[in-house]
Amino acid sequence: MRLWYAFIMIVVCFNVWFGSDALAVEIEDFAAQDTPSDGGQSIDLRWVATGRGKVFILRSTARDSAFSVVGEALASDGAYTDFGVEEGVNYYYRLGWMSGGDTLQTHTVGPAVAKSNWFRKYRSNALVTTALMFFLVITFVNRAKKGHPLYIRRIAGLSSIDEAVGRATEMGKKILYIPGILSLSEIQTIASLSILKHIAKLTAIYGTDIEVPNKDPLVFSAARETVREAYLEAGKPDQYREEMVTYLTYDQFAYAASVTAKMVREKPATNFLIGSFFAESLILAETGQAVGAIQIAGTADIPQLPFFVTACDYTLLGEELFAASAYLSHEPVLLGSIKAQDVMKAIIMVVVGIGIVTYALGSEFIKNLLLTR
Amino acid sequence: MHPFGVPIGVWINAFLTLCILSFLYKDNPFFRFAESLFAGMSLGYYIGIVTENTLRPNLFRPLAQNFWGNVLLLIPMALGIMLYFRYIPSVAWLARIALAVYIGYYVGVYLMQKLHGDILFQSRDTIVSLRAGGVDTLWNIIVMVGVFSVLIYFYFSAEHKGALGKVSKLGIYFLMISFGASFGYTIMARISLLMGRFSFLVNTWLRPIISS
Repeated sequence: MRLWYAFIMIVVCFNVWFGSDALAVEIEDFAAQDTPSDGGQSIDLRWVATGRGKVFILRSTARDSAFSVVGEALASDGAYTDFGVEEGVNYYYRLGWMSGGDTLQTHTVGPAVAKSNWFRKYRSNALVTTALMFFLVITFVNRAKKGHPLYIRRIAGLSSIDEAVGRATEMGKKILYIPGILSLSEIQTIASLSILKHIAKLTAIYGTDIEVPNKDPLVFSAARETVREAYLEAGKPDQYREEMVTYLTYDQFAYAASVTAKMVREKPATNFLIGSFFAESLILAETGQAVGAIQIAGTADIPQLPFFVTACDYTLLGEELFAASAYLSHEPVLLGSIKAQDVMKAIIMVVVGIGIVTYALGSEFIKNLLLTR
Repeated sequence: MHPFGVPIGVWINAFLTLCILSFLYKDNPFFRFAESLFAGMSLGYYIGIVTENTLRPNLFRPLAQNFWGNVLLLIPMALGIMLYFRYIPSVAWLARIALAVYIGYYVGVYLMQKLHGDILFQSRDTIVSLRAGGVDTLWNIIVMVGVFSVLIYFYFSAEHKGALGKVSKLGIYFLMISFGASFGYTIMARISLLMGRFSFLVNTWLRPIISS
């Protein structure tokens, strides 16, 4: 026990000894200025410190009064970024620290004003990549519009779409098309609507019943337009019924419960699960499989792909979903975009390949070019 | 009300949970009741949420407090109303303008997010060291081969035949391995959700009944 007490005493002495040393802070060259190349949300503080204590960041909108603590940093860091500021307001700063029970402060620096900048120079790489992508997309879209053939390989899952619609026609049962659960802000949903149009055209031609239950009100509205147009283009506008596209609810799991119940009660011959999905993916796909429907899924949500791969007959993996919509629609804009993306992928592979080789040779030039901040 | 020492809310909660779980046996009237209640109530709930958390603080209140200072808010309000024009055949085309603005805005926002957050970031992280030494070098080679082969699988401009076909097949193997890992990981999360529901049934509902 005595040894234990002695150990505690040593630890306390050690702490007091080095703790007092840690408080011996001296600050020089303290300065505050607007963070460069940002949206005007922060102010950078810089200082040169001796000692290893903690410093408090004090801020005020007046030069000599009303300073309050807005953050803390290690003196040895020599820098702090204050994100709690408003653009265009004058701010004054001090650094404070404890020394032997006293509170010490630096002189006041400022005013520093946060300003938004037109150009974020750290994102030049993003600008160049965007410009390159725009150039490629516009070039290939123009080529497609002028009638140049743009080859896109056939995706395995697409062949099964005709098969699946045919099966529903033969069985005299309906097709259930689930366009995911996200809104039109999600590019997968837009691709899904493009595929829906192709399928609705087939159902119009074959006289097969289709139902599109929706979670999002905007998708519901767009899906009605899509199916109506498909029936019109197929020359069967009289067969279109508003009940083909229905709205269920906005809640994810309430929607999943309603759709699964629909699957069990109505036993559709074919289920299409194409779009953006989350935790409801397996609930839907597993129920569809249990009722014996042929299922074709497609999503770019990577965590949901394993469920579709295991529970569905065919799955459009990730970007295949977008390629499929381009392939089926033959829209020059979509075809050109897919082609541009392929070229971009090739460019990325070349850049990364060169980066790996140069990195192995000791150069970080390419790696730094791709740095994101 | 506390029948058998359990609050009435817990009874309702447990009853509805059992109604939903009864679907595992087969479709039945209890499930139909719970399903319809769930769908209907959630829809009403979200209408309330949107009114309270979106429309009132972002539109109604600013306009009521300072109309001319927030007059620009009338533009999104008009776009929102235009979405309903699709129900009036003579002006239905106006709904498309609102949809176009909505989609265009998000395409612009996501373009930079994906480029900056995913493409450049992941490209940089794929530049791995081939001289890290030992097992690290091996892992880095696997990462490099995996990224290249999967990218080639998603290359749509050429038929996957010959060497390209073999590399893309390797890409599929990489994808399937990652799907397997992701499957296991997600199933674990779902099991914990199930445990949460059973924990409610056993600890919050059944245990107090048995104890009382």
